Amino acid sequence: MSVAQSEEWSQWMRRAIGGDEIAYRTFLQSVTPHLRAIARRRCRAWGMPLSDAEDVVQDVLVTVHLKRGTWDPSRPIGPWLATIVRNRAVDLQRRRGGGGRIAVPLDDVLETLGVEPDDGADDLADAERLIDRLKDPARDIVRSISLGGAGVKETAARLQMTEGAVRVALHRALKTLAALYRSETT
Amino acid sequence: MKTDDLIRLLAADTQVREPLGPAIAVALGVGLAVCAVLLVFQVHLRHDLLTAILQPRVAFKIGVTAAVAVLAIVLLDRIGRPGVPVVGAGRLLLLPLAAVLIAVALELAMTPAASWGERLVGRNPGWCLVYIPVFAAVPLAAILTAMRRAAPESPTRAGAVAGLAAAGMAAAFYAWHCPDDSPLFLATWYVIASAAVTGVGALLGRRLLVW
Repeated sequence: MSVAQSEEWSQWMRRAIGGDEIAYRTFLQSVTPHLRAIARRRCRAWGMPLSDAEDVVQDVLVTVHLKRGTWDPSRPIGPWLATIVRNRAVDLQRRRGGGGRIAVPLDDVLETLGVEPDDGADDLADAERLIDRLKDPARDIVRSISLGGAGVKETAARLQMTEGAVRVALHRALKTLAALYRSETT
Repeated sequence: MKTDDLIRLLAADTQVREPLGPAIAVALGVGLAVCAVLLVFQVHLRHDLLTAILQPRVAFKIGVTAAVAVLAIVLLDRIGRPGVPVVGAGRLLLLPLAAVLIAVALELAMTPAASWGERLVGRNPGWCLVYIPVFAAVPLAAILTAMRRAAPESPTRAGAVAGLAAAGMAAAFYAWHCPDDSPLFLATWYVIASAAVTGVGALLGRRLLVW
């Protein structure tokens, strides 16, 4: 990946960690096409249907989200991101019964992060079934914010919960979703 | 759920709830407090502490175990962060190892061979083997709990380093009680006890630190 790209991502993520939701969303949106390019390449290489690629992208995004507390903002984000991607790739291959020693060279991932981003989201990808496995109110909150496009404040008002409670429930739901991605993506 | 929807969801959870650094700091605080309480109220400080601390053997015993703890913690923090190089920090751990080997060589050079057996076995090798793991238990649990927020490339290795950090901390406290000061004792019983804790850490890490 280019140094400029990595620096831009680092800056967005720094602001995100400072609590800037817009910067965080920009970061995730900017990273996603690159993750998609890697995921599709891996799916092709491992003979998986391309429709699985979007699940892989989402698995990586959730992992980036839950592990962003391990990024040291004084360092460039590129190597951090590449290592996260590799971890998910290795885990995926292991679960698919790759067995033995799994080689996903970090340099390959770093290189792929820099190639043409892939913007064409696969509309077939549908994690609806994952959301269905959450319990209310988590499911309701997740639906409201993701599919409904509502904010935390609106959702809290509608469910007669405090904003803090909605945020905590949302965070827990994301952890559950992360576990579900891992059990479902096979 | 489309990926854009997921991104909206993730962005709504802006606040970082699980930063690694503070978690490790809390684990260290808990570990140090528990070790201090065990030392003072359970096994007690050695009675001749004020004079003993000035002897090079005693100072070395405490210093080198504390160094292992500090270096292992520094390494652990790096291991927990993806993309941060760990080889240099890992190599630093060879320093206390080298120091122990040099201390052993000096001890062998400066003391009569007839006394080696006594220095090696000391008075309390059994207690050392029991108490270092006992002291290490809570620090290890605390460190592993903190490391569940981490993202180590190898969970087993991260667990082992967590075990080494806990063992170093435990040994650095137990050393204030332990009446056996010879480097021969240190290089044998402390190392066996620490290796055991490191092994337990590796086994636990393999299960607990997968992400």
